[in-house]
Amino acid sequence: MSGWSALDRFLRTDPRDVGCAQAMEMLHIYAELAAAGAPVEERYPGVAAHLRACGPCAEDFDGLLAAVRGEKH
Amino acid sequence: MTEHVTATAGLDAESADWPRALAGTGPRREEALARLHGLLVRIARSEVARRAPRLQLTGPELDDLAYQAAADALVAITSKLGQFRGESRFTTWAYKFVMFEVSAKIGRHFWRHPSVRLDAEDWERLPDRFGFDPAQEAEWRDLLTALRQAVDQELTARQRKVFVAIVLNGVPLDTLVIELACSRNAIYKTLFDARRKLRAVLAANGYIGDDVWRRS
Repeated sequence: MSGWSALDRFLRTDPRDVGCAQAMEMLHIYAELAAAGAPVEERYPGVAAHLRACGPCAEDFDGLLAAVRGEKH
Repeated sequence: MTEHVTATAGLDAESADWPRALAGTGPRREEALARLHGLLVRIARSEVARRAPRLQLTGPELDDLAYQAAADALVAITSKLGQFRGESRFTTWAYKFVMFEVSAKIGRHFWRHPSVRLDAEDWERLPDRFGFDPAQEAEWRDLLTALRQAVDQELTARQRKVFVAIVLNGVPLDTLVIELACSRNAIYKTLFDARRKLRAVLAANGYIGDDVWRRS
């Protein structure tokens, strides 16, 4: 029953979630460490929690990660 | 909740040079500005192309959006040079502003789009939003009725407005930022509080599990 789990996931909030402002502030550090293969979710669990829940910030992160990875090639 | 960052040791020479060149004067600054603008345009175009499949924008519009985002990112970067603390490469820090500007420009594009409805309440779309199977309506009808009741009775006017716009009407969060003239963080926090409140009500009435948040 995917609707129930999708709704449950949407309504479930993570108390570690740092919010958009702090995630955006740290996005360059987080993306660079992620591109280097560092365990960013363990190091910055609050940012990781936010990126799992916030579509717009996750989109910015994906773009920045792609840009950083592109620079390395 | 706040998380702190320790600066990475050993800033590379290029990253150390960018702020000096951009904060300087004369031909060296002009050359740095032109070089950075070129990089930002390249990144903005890549980013817009990456997001293009999900946007209702055509080639020239995408290119305009990329150039505008790069230009505004350059303004943001030069005005915030003092905030670069060497915790990443300079270009990574700079590209972050391209991402923000691309998001803001896309949000503005949809804000202008006549099909974006902010206040209309189409509750019939809710089952589809969460992927409820119409064939099993008997099983989820009560849950969604309770959710609607909680939205009507438990949320503040502001929380309700944000919930309706984003969840029912599918308005992009960055478009709502423009409509409500506030930050992405403020909208997110409003929705975060609404989600928490709705979940608590549904759990208290036995519609969903009342287990506390689990580590993923």
